[in-house]
Amino acid sequence: MVEYRIDRRSGVATYVQIVQQTKQALRLGVLRPGDRLPTAREVVEATAINPNTVLKAYRELEREGLVEARRGLGTFVRRSLGSVPADRSGLRARLADWLDEAHAEGLEREDMSALFRAALDEKYPEEQR
Amino acid sequence: MSEETAALKAVGLGLRYRRRRGHVLRDCSFRLPAGRVCALVGPNGAGKSTLLSLAAGLIRPTEGTVHVLGTGPAEARERFAYVAQDKPLPPQLTVAGTLRLGADLNRARWDAAAAGRIAYAHHAPDGDRSGSLDPGARIRSLSGGQRTRVALALAFGKRPELMLLDEPMADLDPLARRELLGALMGEAAEHGTTIVLSSHIVTELDGACDHLLLMGGGRVRLAGDPEELVAAHTLLTGPARDLTGHTVVESRGTDRQLTALVRPGGPPGDDWRTAAPSLEEVLLAHLRNPGAPDLVTEGTVNP
Repeated sequence: MVEYRIDRRSGVATYVQIVQQTKQALRLGVLRPGDRLPTAREVVEATAINPNTVLKAYRELEREGLVEARRGLGTFVRRSLGSVPADRSGLRARLADWLDEAHAEGLEREDMSALFRAALDEKYPEEQR
Repeated sequence: MSEETAALKAVGLGLRYRRRRGHVLRDCSFRLPAGRVCALVGPNGAGKSTLLSLAAGLIRPTEGTVHVLGTGPAEARERFAYVAQDKPLPPQLTVAGTLRLGADLNRARWDAAAAGRIAYAHHAPDGDRSGSLDPGARIRSLSGGQRTRVALALAFGKRPELMLLDEPMADLDPLARRELLGALMGEAAEHGTTIVLSSHIVTELDGACDHLLLMGGGRVRLAGDPEELVAAHTLLTGPARDLTGHTVVESRGTDRQLTALVRPGGPPGDDWRTAAPSLEEVLLAHLRNPGAPDLVTEGTVNP
């Protein structure tokens, strides 16, 4: 089961944070097809956000075909975002090596993140919205 | 807007006391659709408690009317719960006795489990139960925060369609505040309960409310969906001074630079830098400027 963490100061709309965290969980395999998402009640009791915000996020995920609402049962994962496989290719391990190297060079956590982001943006720029 | 039922509706609502000169509340008109979570915000003395007391039928308006769940406060009494700021409870009763009294008074709809969850459950991570109440404790021996818990437990047990809560968080610690807000959102999710809660700290309710009433000087200054209210405003910064065409809420600055919060009347010129204000900025700007025009977003006022 995913647990959502809402950062009220991030400037990212709350429903978008839920959408992003769900997708992240799908990519990492924390959520798999058939899994049930927490109910709106469960989410709002834990996070103290408005129920409509959760429903809006779930509708968005449903619109993208990632989850489906089953009447009276809950919201279930339809498909995963399986672009990160269980590391058969060793991608994650190589990234971990890279992090070790960066650390040895004296880079801080944020430096590493910024460097990765910069390389990613250069190679695969984000689509203009 | 569709013709949804209003959980709370005020039309030209006002209250003045004979001895005091001015109005405590004047010309309040708004409409709160059912199922919303409404933050009632404003500084002390703005009229928040008066508005809630009028809605609860504790006092009668001297002008206008207030409709609760489509009828008058007296007729709707069994269907809403009101928690006053001073939480009057019988001091000699125990916590369990108070909840039993609640059950007796609300036989038809009483939900003992819901009341018990608020009074007795406490989800501290390490199993610390210091925040939960002893059923045998007398009300008079309780702290302010513990009394609040009992008063809220009564409100939840009543399983109301509408909750009117006057400063429910004021004497709760941060953990209890968070739990209460979570429990309230859970009620709203499960039963579609309409919730009105007053506070002078708006950031506390940010993210929880999908409706907002800003009171100031006995008036409703802003009413509507917080996101819509914020989106209606823009922060302008620039060397120019011409703000014609815009509704100016606040403008501050020197000869060289002006910063203004406006409701844009069209695209601002090139010499302005624009930014989106935060909800807090919008609210504070209205409170600092009592003369700024009120804003009630679409759908809130509707006969």
